[in-house]
Amino acid sequence: MRAWPMIKLLPKTTNFHFVKYARVAAVLSVVLCVASLVSVFVPGLNMGIDFRGGAAMELTRSGSQTLDLGAVRGAVDALNIGEVGVQGIDTDSSAIVRFQIPEGQEQTVVVQRVQTAISTAVSDVTFSGVSVVGSKVSGELFSKGLWALGMAVVLMFAYIWFRFEPQFGFGAVAGLVHDVILTFGLIVLFKLEFNLNMVAAILTVIGYSMNDTVVVFDRLRENLRKYKTMPLREVIDLSINETLSRTIITGMTAVMVLAALAVYGGAALFGFSLALMFGIIIGTYSSIYVGAPIILLWGVKRGSRDEEATAIKLGMASRP
Amino acid sequence: MIHLSRWKVILLAASLAFGLLFGYANLLSPAQRDALPGWLPKNTLNLGLDLQGGSYLLLEVDVPAMREKKITNLMEDVRTTLREARISTNNLQRDEAGTIVTVSDAGQYDAALEALRTLAGSSATNGVAERQVQRMSNNRIRFAFTDATLNGMSASAVDQSIEVVRRRVDKTGTKEISITRQGADRIVIQAPGESDPEALERIIGQTAQLTFQMVDIENSVEDALAGRVPPDSELMYGEDNTPYLVKRRVLVSGENLTRASVDSDQQGRPAIGFRFDGAGARRFAVATAANIGKPFAIILDGKVISAPRINSAITGGQGIIEGGYTIASASEMVNLLNGGALPAPLKVEERRTVTAELGADAVSAGKLSTVIGFLIIVVFMIGAYGLLFGGISVLGLVLNGLLIIACMSVTQATLTLPGIAGLVLTFAVAVDANVLIYERMRDEARSGRSVIASMDAGFGKAWGTIMDANVTTLVAAAIMFAFGAGPVRGFAWTLSIGVVTSMLSAILTAQVMLAYWLKVAKPKKLPIADAE
Repeated sequence: MRAWPMIKLLPKTTNFHFVKYARVAAVLSVVLCVASLVSVFVPGLNMGIDFRGGAAMELTRSGSQTLDLGAVRGAVDALNIGEVGVQGIDTDSSAIVRFQIPEGQEQTVVVQRVQTAISTAVSDVTFSGVSVVGSKVSGELFSKGLWALGMAVVLMFAYIWFRFEPQFGFGAVAGLVHDVILTFGLIVLFKLEFNLNMVAAILTVIGYSMNDTVVVFDRLRENLRKYKTMPLREVIDLSINETLSRTIITGMTAVMVLAALAVYGGAALFGFSLALMFGIIIGTYSSIYVGAPIILLWGVKRGSRDEEATAIKLGMASRP
Repeated sequence: MIHLSRWKVILLAASLAFGLLFGYANLLSPAQRDALPGWLPKNTLNLGLDLQGGSYLLLEVDVPAMREKKITNLMEDVRTTLREARISTNNLQRDEAGTIVTVSDAGQYDAALEALRTLAGSSATNGVAERQVQRMSNNRIRFAFTDATLNGMSASAVDQSIEVVRRRVDKTGTKEISITRQGADRIVIQAPGESDPEALERIIGQTAQLTFQMVDIENSVEDALAGRVPPDSELMYGEDNTPYLVKRRVLVSGENLTRASVDSDQQGRPAIGFRFDGAGARRFAVATAANIGKPFAIILDGKVISAPRINSAITGGQGIIEGGYTIASASEMVNLLNGGALPAPLKVEERRTVTAELGADAVSAGKLSTVIGFLIIVVFMIGAYGLLFGGISVLGLVLNGLLIIACMSVTQATLTLPGIAGLVLTFAVAVDANVLIYERMRDEARSGRSVIASMDAGFGKAWGTIMDANVTTLVAAAIMFAFGAGPVRGFAWTLSIGVVTSMLSAILTAQVMLAYWLKVAKPKKLPIADAE
């Protein structure tokens, strides 16, 4: 049986000096993280009604007639109910309208008024989905979302600590926090709506990022036992190179599948799949450039013999 | 060791059989499913509201409003009792559980205490006092609900609200509406399909609180409208916005109602007939006997329905309410009254409605992207690992998909739109197990091991990594499950099922099929190893 002419993504063995570029990567990561953190506050997340409260309504003009977004906006603006957002989706004939329920007004009544106003301004519209979230619930959902993200990071740290060593735990969590922050940055950059689904997407990114890091760490631990005297930076390089093929194949599969979801999954899944895609790309990068180099900074206990020597060698190794 | 172990073959066959048996019903039309013999599983995927259309309502029981109302009634009782005992007091002070009275004349303090103790005793149910009297300094007396009553009030208000909502919803005849409690004071209503959320909200939203109160004729409505409302009266409006000044004290309320029915008045117009229980009838008789010639107000949900004059004492405990009803509005009202009043107003905190068409669109988008995602993986895996190894991982993937559908159908877990995304993502995670194993085999072959040894090592060494990697995904999913509302939970659930079944299907399929291949083909070289 002859070998299949398989897709060759990489030469059979790679020998990239990842650690050598760790400094450049670290500077890049720190700059991007800071930029992302700032962007979450200024210009800020595009909060969906799940977290901000208010109403969102989907409407479609029948027979694929073009929906005049300006007319829709004008009609709702005329009601004087505060900030109104109108956004076209999928085709030219559908849109999502977002608005707030003014203090002290009955949500049913406000929604009814908005629907009447739009129906008067634009002919042949049907309303297909309405969501209304009260301010109390949205506040709770938001704090619960933050809690869930924090909880996920803590649990992942505990798991890695339990399965590996504390140093590995720090490396993994640094990678995790890095991924979450950068995903937020991209959510802001692409003005994706931050809603409940987004929190699910970020939690999945956390799971994936860990998954990726664990594969590298597993190999690292194995190689540390195998090559007891090899300097740590070389062991790290070796482990990353050995798992590189898997990292890239799995990452690419996930990204391609998510791209299919983003393109064919409709408006509801677009932002969700896009955020997942970002997260997975960042996660792949971070398991190479954030998780492992951090271990280098701290050093690892390796067999009793050369424990101290390793730590010293490390310190020197990380200087170019 | 990589050999065809019998239990692995059995396990693989068993999971295939399980998948087929429990997933099969999803391929049939409803009619075909009904025709299946009874012993075959018929459960299909349970689609969430975002996929089949429907409405979700999150209601909050307004416990503070109910408490306020109870305290107002308690204060009215205190006022009336003290007035009847001819004890003069200054204005009543409200506190969080009752009221504080200052007796103007110190000589009447004991008499006041006595009168209030009798009042507290009269409200005791089953010998347990609901209200308590406390002495305080400076001629003051505190009359308040006991802590136990106050705490029980909120708990029972929520239970009672759920009961009332259920009765009302049942009357509409809409099937499959689920009503569940959430947290301390919330109710979730989920109505799948083509139901009309506005109608549902209208039925649920009405408190249906019926009270009979005296009209205040000692003070003028004009004064009240100008802002001078006497402390023991309140302004209310009729359906046509006529203002009424009504005494705060409730003579009889809907709690004493035994039955309401559609009736007609003397002119034959639709009206609502009502009948009180024994206690209600007695109180109504006493009140009407004492107030002949004066008007009283029939109030429903804060609106004065009518304000007839009392012509004679009404002792039978029954009567009719004329309110310009039509047959339809009268029977809707009768249903509400018979269903019982909500103990507290319900506020809609969250509402999500998806029409069936939008749900169907979501399903087809989900199907399309699942198929495309699957094809991408097939092409990629066969491209990267060849027809044999790649093909085996694709077979594992098919088994995985089957198992997920079967598990979701058996557990009746809800499949939501993000859940479909979870499913697609699971495919990527599932082939990751194969990728890890195959890459490991390549590594081992590269270091010069034989075909059998490298395949063996591939499975053995990749196993730990696959476990670790999947546990992290499961942890993330568990958090989503704990945190999430409907759609997010659906996503977490699908992801978890997918991760667990993928470990089974990806590894088991590869092990069994590759072992069989080894036995039959007796290869000299690992097909996925690097070409020379």
